[in-house]
Amino acid sequence: MSKKQTSGADALIQSLHKEGVELVFGYPGGAALHIYDAIFNQSDVDHILVRHEQGAVHAADGYARSTGKPGVALVTSGPGATNAITGLATAYMDSTPIVVISGQVKSELIGTDSFQETDMIGVSRPIVKHSFLVQKAEDIPEIVKKAFYIATTGRPGPVVIDVPKDFTDPNHTFEFNYPDEINLRSYKPAKAGDPKQIKQAVELIVKAKKPVIYSGGGVIQSDASSELTKLAKLLQFPVTNTLMGLGAFPGTDPQFLGMLGMHGTYEANMAMHNADLIIAVGARFDDRITNDPKQFALEAKKIHIDVDPASLSKIIHADVPVVGSAKDCLSALIAELNKEKLDTSKLQPWLKQVSDWRNEHGLNHSMLEKVSENGKILPQQVIQSLYKETKGEAFITSDVGQHQMFAAQYYFFDKPRQWINSGGLGTMGFGLPSAMGVQFAFPEDTVACVTGEGSIQMCIQELSTCLQYGLPIKIININNAALGMVRQWQDMQYGGRHSSSTYEDSLPDFAALAESYGHVGMKVTKFEELESAMKECISLKDKLVFLDIDVDPNEHVYPMLEAGNAMDYMHLSKDKKTW
Amino acid sequence: MKRVIALLMENQPGALSRVVGLFSQRGYNIETLIVAPTSDPTLSRLTMTTEGDERVVQQITKQLDKLIDVVTVSDLGESDFVERELMLVKMNKNSITNDEIENIEGKVVFEDSEIINLQFVGEPDKLDKIVKDLDKKEPLEIVRSGSSGISSNSKTLTI
Repeated sequence: MSKKQTSGADALIQSLHKEGVELVFGYPGGAALHIYDAIFNQSDVDHILVRHEQGAVHAADGYARSTGKPGVALVTSGPGATNAITGLATAYMDSTPIVVISGQVKSELIGTDSFQETDMIGVSRPIVKHSFLVQKAEDIPEIVKKAFYIATTGRPGPVVIDVPKDFTDPNHTFEFNYPDEINLRSYKPAKAGDPKQIKQAVELIVKAKKPVIYSGGGVIQSDASSELTKLAKLLQFPVTNTLMGLGAFPGTDPQFLGMLGMHGTYEANMAMHNADLIIAVGARFDDRITNDPKQFALEAKKIHIDVDPASLSKIIHADVPVVGSAKDCLSALIAELNKEKLDTSKLQPWLKQVSDWRNEHGLNHSMLEKVSENGKILPQQVIQSLYKETKGEAFITSDVGQHQMFAAQYYFFDKPRQWINSGGLGTMGFGLPSAMGVQFAFPEDTVACVTGEGSIQMCIQELSTCLQYGLPIKIININNAALGMVRQWQDMQYGGRHSSSTYEDSLPDFAALAESYGHVGMKVTKFEELESAMKECISLKDKLVFLDIDVDPNEHVYPMLEAGNAMDYMHLSKDKKTW
Repeated sequence: MKRVIALLMENQPGALSRVVGLFSQRGYNIETLIVAPTSDPTLSRLTMTTEGDERVVQQITKQLDKLIDVVTVSDLGESDFVERELMLVKMNKNSITNDEIENIEGKVVFEDSEIINLQFVGEPDKLDKIVKDLDKKEPLEIVRSGSSGISSNSKTLTI
């Protein structure tokens, strides 16, 4: 029996189905219309119509981050492709597995400046893990197979497939064969770490008196949270997580120091600065962590585990570099440590020191207990109220700015993939569309988008998408009527000159805006109303609720590292610093 | 310090732009660059020279190796290697004598009544010196290929 003949467009959708794709986020346009027709004619792969291509890519990204499965976005050529760029860069910086399919003008028109033509391969080149320009329709199944393999293995990342319109033409058909396996001679991602390096790591670990485990997004990407937790419990070492790594180790565990870095906790940054051993797992010593790399943790030996060899010794010299996935390397490390007789008693002075640091200047997690001195709602109180009402179990997405840092500091994430934010690129506008991706993947769970009046307006059009598909996202708008983080820097470094960081009374009535989109809008201005409003917001299970909360506009995020110094140079409040 | 890096990459559209793009994206310098297909038509070999200390060159080779189209990368300076460059020079015929050409190991590859084209092959330093020597004879045009390199031990750059 001869196999069914398919067009390139049908082959593309069938290939996605073979990869287990159930949802594609996208926006149609001329060069993608054959593909959209193929979607119409089948029921294996659903298409979600967003309101802007940036939203499609962020939604696919949110889906990928929350599930661990690759997310898929489909856009047309030209402006569709360029609108996808911010989403691609976001996914690239945070190493998330997404596949973006872009329509392209007909192959014979490429290079002629034809209508809606953009060199998508060229424009996206520095912000993708890899990209493919389809050269003939028959290649589509193999390219899709390769794209998903590359996106999801090794250090994950976004892959673009650019498809000229003639290769999806329904009049050109061929026999569809989806490859079972793919062999890429030039791409062999590392798996387990070198046993010799693991042994060397063990030697340093058993000698350490002032150790700390510093783990990042790589642990979440490789589903290695249980291994990380096991290792930490076995060794009794304190653990700090990067912004991207929150949830990899339970946020409520007493061994957890909170986040480190620019707005990390005092105890986490002090532990890093004073450590004699740092075990970095799936983290990359970026500038928001190290502060001045020349003064970074000078007393500490560094064991660095990462799946990307290029991350090792890129910024900070690794005494013991271990190349491999966090999961495999941590398992190997635990197995090797189990052969040792571990003496945790010598850690006691260090653990006492860490605990003293926490008692001295740790974050106050009980701010709901009393109203602030000026009577205004504090942004930290909003996060604490959200934590309380969601029992710490919600998926939290965030945008970028002060609200993001407050959420990272004050919501305890006990599970991996629960905290979804744009850490590397710092993309305002990420919060709402990524929450859509999460809510599609977990329709029964509470998904809250912590945002601000600045960020939310960057992708607010997706409120319409949320109505179309009945997504009951909880938008927690921490409204300080200013671009808060910009203003904080202007307060601290530019003599309080608030250049273009406020809106002069031009903000919309967000609650009314949400209502006009068909959702529930709520406005809170008084501290006394905060908890009851939050309770009501979270309890409306079937509705999107836009909870707009006026907060104290003068609040800053602390601690904050003082640039150009070591990690122990921190501003602790407006008038207190560590030096 | 000058380094010579050789790599094999898939001989397909877009591969070269990824390699070149990486250099500008990460702020590395390319001093010279040669690329040509190998005897295996699916592969191209690329040789580049760049400036940088040990750590920078390590980063460059790792980042190059990460590119999906790059099959294998070698920092030729890690062992003994031979580096050669081709140079072509166009001169007025009456500006140089045959003896002078012989003295600087030039080879005449074209000549007519007015113009003479010379070919030189050698290490870049040697070619630098020849360029200096020729300068006073006012050459009309000088073109250099950039360095090519091959290691001089039994190790080969293959897949």
